[in-house]
Amino acid sequence: MAIVTIPPSLRALTGAERVTLAAANVAALLRALDSRYPGFGAALGPRFAVAIDGDIRNDADYEPLAADTEVTFLPPIAGG
Amino acid sequence: MSSNGANGADRKYKWVGTRPIRHDGLDKVTGKANFGADLAFPDMLWGKLLRSPHAHANIKRVDFSKALKLDGVKAIVTSADLPELASVEAAEAGEGGGNYRDLSHNCLARGKVFYHGHAVAAVAATSQDIADQALALIEVEYEVLKPVLSIEEALAPGAPILHADLRTKGVKDSGKTNVAARVTFGKGDIEKGFAQADIVVERTYRTQTVHQGYIEPHAVVARTNADGQSVVWCCTQGAFMVRSYCAAVLGLDLSKLKVIPSEIGGGFGGKTTVYTEPLAVLLSRKTARPVKMVMSREDVFRATGPAGAAKIEIKLGAKRDGTLVAASSRLWYEAGGFPGSPVAAGAMTVFAPYDIPHVAIEGFDVVTTKPKTAAYRAPGAPQSAFATEQAMDELARELKLDPIDLRLKNAAKEGTLAPYGAKLGRVGFIETLEAAKNHPHYKAPLGPNQGRGIASGFWFNVGMQSSAEVHLAEDGTATVITGNPDIGGSRASMAICVAEELGIDVMKVRPLVGDTDTAGYCDLTGGSRVTFATGLACIEASRDIIQQLRQRAAMTFGCDVEQVDFLDGRCLPTKASGLDHPPLTVAQIAQHTVKTGGPINGRAQVNPRGAGPGFSTHLCDVQVDPETGRVDVLRYTAIQDAGKAVHPAYVEGQMQGGASQGIGWALNEEYVFDKNGVLENAGFLDYRMPVASDLPMIDTVVIEVPNPGHPYGVRGVGETPIVAPLACVANAVYAATGKRMTELPISPPRLLAALNG
Repeated sequence: MAIVTIPPSLRALTGAERVTLAAANVAALLRALDSRYPGFGAALGPRFAVAIDGDIRNDADYEPLAADTEVTFLPPIAGG
Repeated sequence: MSSNGANGADRKYKWVGTRPIRHDGLDKVTGKANFGADLAFPDMLWGKLLRSPHAHANIKRVDFSKALKLDGVKAIVTSADLPELASVEAAEAGEGGGNYRDLSHNCLARGKVFYHGHAVAAVAATSQDIADQALALIEVEYEVLKPVLSIEEALAPGAPILHADLRTKGVKDSGKTNVAARVTFGKGDIEKGFAQADIVVERTYRTQTVHQGYIEPHAVVARTNADGQSVVWCCTQGAFMVRSYCAAVLGLDLSKLKVIPSEIGGGFGGKTTVYTEPLAVLLSRKTARPVKMVMSREDVFRATGPAGAAKIEIKLGAKRDGTLVAASSRLWYEAGGFPGSPVAAGAMTVFAPYDIPHVAIEGFDVVTTKPKTAAYRAPGAPQSAFATEQAMDELARELKLDPIDLRLKNAAKEGTLAPYGAKLGRVGFIETLEAAKNHPHYKAPLGPNQGRGIASGFWFNVGMQSSAEVHLAEDGTATVITGNPDIGGSRASMAICVAEELGIDVMKVRPLVGDTDTAGYCDLTGGSRVTFATGLACIEASRDIIQQLRQRAAMTFGCDVEQVDFLDGRCLPTKASGLDHPPLTVAQIAQHTVKTGGPINGRAQVNPRGAGPGFSTHLCDVQVDPETGRVDVLRYTAIQDAGKAVHPAYVEGQMQGGASQGIGWALNEEYVFDKNGVLENAGFLDYRMPVASDLPMIDTVVIEVPNPGHPYGVRGVGETPIVAPLACVANAVYAATGKRMTELPISPPRLLAALNG
C-alpha cells in the first residue's frame, strides 16, 4: 500500500493529511485517488511532480510503487 | 530509467576529483570560441524589434506600410504572423510554469503590451541602420493604461487587471484578478504549534527585481533552406528547448527545425526560454535569407526575464532551548507581465533546512507590468531564505544561542519530513554546519563597525532526461557527445566520467556539445542537473563500451565474455577462468575492431531518479561605514555538500559565482522603475553588479556526503550557492550595526537611512 501525503490544497477532498492506497505505479495511484476522491485529478491539474520516498521526479507515471512507499504530489521543479 | 547502483563512497578514483584544464579552455581564453553573435553569412539580414514605450497599453493599430517601402527592408512581422495558440502548458517549464500562448505573446505582443520594452513588431533589413530606420517608420497607436508596479498595487482594490481572463489557480471563483495562483504547503497543526512556543519572532521581508546579469546578450542567426528546414544558431541553455518552443510558437513540426547551440556566456536560468529565436526563424522563412538578431544590453535588461520582486511574511516559534515548534509564512512573488513566478519553489524551500513539526505556508503568484520573469539559479529560494535565515538569526539572538548551534539543533537530516511533503534521504546539512563552526573564519576577531553573518541554503536538485554517445577511435581515444551546452565546465566533467570508466587519460577523451540533429535528446543545462544526469548518461554509455570491449577481448582470448574482466582500462581473463592471456588495453582492442565486429560506440539515455538535495552554510564578514552606509565584504566562506566533486575546481567556481551573485543581490542590485513603469537603470553603469574589486577572495569548503542516487555520489551544485548569501550579508550587517535590514538591496542610501532613523 502506498502512503500518500496529501497537499494542503487537496485535503478538503480527502479529509486527511495522509491516505493509503494500493497501486502498482503512479498513474494507477492517481486513478485510485480520483476514484476514491472524485475531482482529485482535476484539482491536482496537469503539471505536477511526484516525490517517491523523498525522491522528486517531474514525470513518473510508470514509476513502480512498492509496498509502504511514501508518495506526495508537488509543483514541478526544474531549476535555473 | 536508470539503475544508479552504489554511490561509490569507498571507490578509489583515478580521474574523478582531479582538476584537468577544461577541454574548451584554450579556445575561450584565446578568443577563438564562437559565441551567439559571432556567426555571419554573406547574404545575411539583420532583425530588429520595435519595443513598446509604455508599460501597460492596449495596441489599437499597427501600420508598417511606410517602413515596408524603405529600400533594404525585406520583411516586417507582428503577432498577426504568428498562429494564435491555445493556453497549453510549455513542455519544459519548471517551477515558473508558463504556457505556449503566453510565450508567443511575450515574443510579440498580441493586442496588449505588458511591460516597457515588450516587442510589438520585428523587421528584417539589409543593414542594422536600415532596420533602425524602418522601426522609426512603424506607426503604433496605443491606448495607455495605468501600470501595475508592485505587489501592493496589483492586489489593491480596483487595481488595473492585466489579463481579463486570468483567474487564481487554487482558488474557487476568484473572479478577475492579478493573482495567477495560490499554493499551500504544510504539516501538523499550526495553532497548536505556536501555542507550544516560548518565543515567537515575526517580520515582513522584501526583495527587489534583479537580473541574472549574464555577460553575453541573447543572439541568434536563423537560416531557412530550400527544403523548408530552418537552422538556428543561438546561445541558449537548451537547444532542444529552443527547438520545441520555436516549433510551438510558429506552428512547425520539430523536423523543420535544427538548433545548433553556440558557446554561451552565462545563463543562470535566464536562457531557459526564447525571445528573438522564433522571430529570427519567422523572418528567415519569409525572406529565404539568413537573419541575425542580437540584443543590446539595454534589451536584455528591459525585455528578458529577471527574478521578480517578492514580499515574504515569516513567523517562527521556538522553545527556550531553541527547539523550533512552529513556522508559518505567506509569500507573494511578482511574475511580471505573464503568470509564472517561482513562488511555489520559494514556498517549498522557505523552511526546508529545518525539522519543524507544525508548518503552514501560503504563496501567491502575482502579475505586474514588468518583464516576464525567468528562472534565476535556485528560482524562488534566495528570496525565501532571505526571510527565514534572518528570522533564525533573530531567534538565536533572542535566545542567546550560537546561530550555528540553533541551526544544528533543528537541522533537517535523513528522514526529516520536509514541509512540501517529502522525506529527505541522506543529506549533508549538518556536515556543512559543523564545518562552518570549526572553520577559522568563524572564530577570527572582528574590528569596529564590523560584523559576521551566517546563513544556510537548500535546493532540491533535479535529474530529468539526458542522452550520451561515446565513440571509440581506433587508437583508443574517445569522443563523448551530449546535447547540453557547456555553461560551467561540463565538458570537462563529462570527459572525466568517460575517462574514469574506460581507464584512459582524460585528455584523450574529446567532449563535444551536439546539436538537435546529431545529439540524443537532453533537457536543459540547468537545475544543477548536468553533471548528475548527463554525467550518468556518459557513465552508462561508457559501460556500454566496456561490455563491447569485453566481448571483443573474449573473441581474442577464445573464451566466454563472462570470463573477461575489465580493470583499469584493460581486459583480462578472470581469475576463475584459469586462462593465461596477457591483458589487452583499450587501445589494443580499438586497433583491431575491423577484425572483431566493427566500430565500438556506446550510448545511453536516462531519466534518473535520485538527484540528492544540496545544502550549504555561508559565513560573511562585513564592514559598515557609518557615515555613508557603504558595506564592504571583508571575508566570505561558502561551505556546501557536493556529494562527490567530479571536478573540484568547477564546483568551487559554482560556489564562488553563486556567492558573488548573491552578494550583489544583497547589497546593490535592483530594477529601478519610474512612475510610468520605465526601467531607469537598463545598463551595467547604473545596475550595479559586483566586480572583482568589490569582493574578497571567496573561500570554499567542499563537503562530500555521497548521494546514494549516483554511482559516484554526485549531487548538483550550481544553484544551492546563491540561496544563503542574501541573508548571510544581512545578518552580518545586523551584527555590525544592530539594524535588521528587511528590504533589499542594502544599498548605502537605504542603510544610511536605517542608521539615522
